[in-house]
Amino acid sequence: MRDRMGSVAQVQALIENESLSDGEEAGTVSWLRRLCGAASRALPASGAGISLMVDGDSMGVVAAASDGSSRVLEELQFTLGEGPCMDAHSSRRPVLASDLRHTDSMRWPVYSPAAFDQGVRAVFAFPLQMGAARLGVLDVYRDRVGPLSADALSQALTFAEVAVSTLLAGQESGPDDFADTHLGDALEYRSVLYQAQGMVMIQLGVSLEEAIVRLRAHAYAHDRSLGEVTRDVVERRLTLERDEP
Amino acid sequence: MTSIAPERLADVFVEVADTLVTDFDLIEFLQTVTTRAAELVDASAAGLLLGDHRGQLHFMAASDERTKLLELFQVQSREGPCLDAFRDGAPVVNSELDNGSQRWPQFAPRAVAAGFRAVHAFPLRLRGETIGALNLFGTEGGRMEPADVHVIQALADVATIGILQERAVRRAEVVAEQLQGALNSRVAIEQAKGALAQIHGIDVDTAFERLRSYARNHHLRLSELAHTIIDDPDSAPELTTA
Repeated sequence: MRDRMGSVAQVQALIENESLSDGEEAGTVSWLRRLCGAASRALPASGAGISLMVDGDSMGVVAAASDGSSRVLEELQFTLGEGPCMDAHSSRRPVLASDLRHTDSMRWPVYSPAAFDQGVRAVFAFPLQMGAARLGVLDVYRDRVGPLSADALSQALTFAEVAVSTLLAGQESGPDDFADTHLGDALEYRSVLYQAQGMVMIQLGVSLEEAIVRLRAHAYAHDRSLGEVTRDVVERRLTLERDEP
Repeated sequence: MTSIAPERLADVFVEVADTLVTDFDLIEFLQTVTTRAAELVDASAAGLLLGDHRGQLHFMAASDERTKLLELFQVQSREGPCLDAFRDGAPVVNSELDNGSQRWPQFAPRAVAAGFRAVHAFPLRLRGETIGALNLFGTEGGRMEPADVHVIQALADVATIGILQERAVRRAEVVAEQLQGALNSRVAIEQAKGALAQIHGIDVDTAFERLRSYARNHHLRLSELAHTIIDDPDSAPELTTA
């Protein structure tokens, strides 16, 4: 088996090492931009981008990119109406296209040659999701043909996990909140966390994304662990109120 | 000798192989495998865990999904026979749970409290690669016959070939794509259980039963149904209207 327990912390450190650009303010957007930069440096890749997707729709908004040409590539698939990012979003799985010219050229007859013209030879798209909650896609671009190695694939998936945590943490809380997210070590209680998320979604009439934010806010405000709070919700000892912080 | 009738055995292997059609649903496939594994050797319950990209085990499917059992499967991301079978690539059989608290101080007492006396775990492995583990629980003590150990390991091997089958013929990426998709579907199933439990004022175990029988009656994939009722509850009003 592959033992990569430390890789979330490792990926966070890689992102923190990416400096802020001149005039760039610290926050979710710049963190995602640095995440793209760190991903393209570490994997390595020629570039990376994150697009936020509108559910049930194949349109997206570019949230961040490692560089200008990756931003152009992100926009390219929305312009053309097809591409690995949109497929990853709709199929809810990674789409790993390691050879745009040959094996993957027929998958996207319009996108593949267009991306090829921009120098892209391989694209790896990772959905940013938590169960049925779909946020967007992390795209990794390479200027050479070939699959990601097992280590690079694992690291790319971890970059995607960190991006999900960042997006769910919202603007208010910084990336330091990771310890208490679903990426925490309470793996055995994961199913309870997801069940509680579904329950709170109905209780408050909010989205799944909002439900996890509310659960975390409740845990934080009452100085309790997320595990305790979610267990209380599932066992009906706790009902979140609409006007809670 | 095994206690399993050869005809029964042949039927199970054909059924499992038959599930492996193009674009099969991994979670449903694993449900079939666990259900048949439990039936073959009269185990009370069977469950299956798969490793993610970090080598962390995740619960994927079981013959019986009661919360008590889910916890027993999930605690093994940290310790237990599944983790041992996964790490060592070898079966862990005939472990006496009553005396198991030294080996598994968190897992064994919980399994005993849940009424189990015996536990077995079989690695899902193919050519040196271990991708997960199949777990069996029994309420009776007593040893599993060597022939039965062989049969269950063979079933686990078939499951592994099923999961990895496309690796040989297509691309390595397909396995990663499918596994990641299945891991996420599992999360969506838990979210849907919570949503249904809240809508109907029922517990999550009953919610799962409703979800599963609705999927069966309407010939829907469980994972697709879970995604659907969260994205658009009105698409299954019989299930989502209180």
